[in-house]
Amino acid sequence: MEDLKKELKLKIIEALNLEDMSVEDISDDEMLFEEGLGLDSIDALELIIILDKDYGIKLTDSKDGKKIFRSIETMATYIAEHRSK
Amino acid sequence: MNSCFINGIGCVSAQNTFENTFFEDAIDISNLNIVKAIKPNYKSFIPPASIRRMSAGVKNSIVASSVAIKEASADQLDGIIVGTGLGCIQDSENFLNKMIGYNEEYLTPTAFIQSTHNTVSGQIALKLKCKAYNFTYVNTGGSFQSALIDGLLMFEGEEANNILIGGVDEHAEYTNKLYQAIGYYRQDEEGKKNILKQRKSGVIPGEGASYFVLGNEQSDSTYAKILDVQLVNKLDQIDLPSFILDFLSKNELKLDEIDVVILGNNGDDEFDTYYDEASSIFESSTLLYYKHLFGEFLTSSSVATYIAAKILREQVIPEHLLGEQKVRKSDKIGNILIYNQYRGKDHSLILMEDV
Repeated sequence: MEDLKKELKLKIIEALNLEDMSVEDISDDEMLFEEGLGLDSIDALELIIILDKDYGIKLTDSKDGKKIFRSIETMATYIAEHRSK
Repeated sequence: MNSCFINGIGCVSAQNTFENTFFEDAIDISNLNIVKAIKPNYKSFIPPASIRRMSAGVKNSIVASSVAIKEASADQLDGIIVGTGLGCIQDSENFLNKMIGYNEEYLTPTAFIQSTHNTVSGQIALKLKCKAYNFTYVNTGGSFQSALIDGLLMFEGEEANNILIGGVDEHAEYTNKLYQAIGYYRQDEEGKKNILKQRKSGVIPGEGASYFVLGNEQSDSTYAKILDVQLVNKLDQIDLPSFILDFLSKNELKLDEIDVVILGNNGDDEFDTYYDEASSIFESSTLLYYKHLFGEFLTSSSVATYIAAKILREQVIPEHLLGEQKVRKSDKIGNILIYNQYRGKDHSLILMEDV
């Protein structure tokens, strides 16, 4: 699980071009949207692509996204349970 | 024509134009194959959340335009007009690379949104919350000049008091390789030369963003006055002298009344002959060059405009712009003419006067 969280952080930093951030700057339970990392709706689309492309998870209900993308912790837990890649 | 004054300038380039020390010292770029702009401290001008989605051209434009607007103390702009040869080519490449790499699936919006040519003027307007006229010209080597002509026409029609005009282009890795492959850019081993001393096929590519606040009134920050701009797409070399003479005649000027001519020599042996032709008719004017210090890009004449404006205000000619030439006129610098062309096309003349 720790490896998956680190991998996720690296993917997010790269996909969202968070130039000045490193893995250490993102805590596992930090809010990804609004407060915390301050991501927005365009970033949410990038995260959906990461889930689909890299882990084979297709999100169909936007309500799920709100829970899944709450933090690195919630993302990693969901990926571990649902991944097909 | 109504008066058009340059009241503020911001220039991000391969030289220290942003730090405003370029007239004292120039950085030698003759060992480079690709000339990149010096990055200013973007965070001083753009919120971190926005920076991450911007390519170099957008960031450089926001910084340069902010500096120009601040210098001109222009609280309200009546237009934002940008000229760009290749637009936001970095994000265009990024988007297309993803399309190919992911087999036309998984396409995210960021690069696509940012890849359009008018991203630059749009982002500047968003930052300023400016809902005035907003236009982008993408006319290859005449892009900046087209923006300038549009601005002058707005003053002519008394439609504006202050307008922001800019020229911007950025490097993109794959595009550079394509231009090198077709011989427009010099091959690696041929690049490391001073282009003024050794002509070869192709040019050394550069990038930059130069922005100007133009106003219909002179102010304490005024650099110079723009008198006229002319642009033609095609011109045979034999017709160049009459093109220049007609333009000067239209502006009631004679050849010997032009104190300085800024030429766009880029070292391309096939097309620098146009500049030789232009040089030959100006016997008493001081001839200046700049692309050996900035590289060649489709909106590089915006850099020449920056140089001309600074010379006219400071009445100083930096030695590093003389190349092998000498100052021919040592008295007051009153009129400067900028002549530019790219690969034998998009011939432009920009005429400026001191105030």
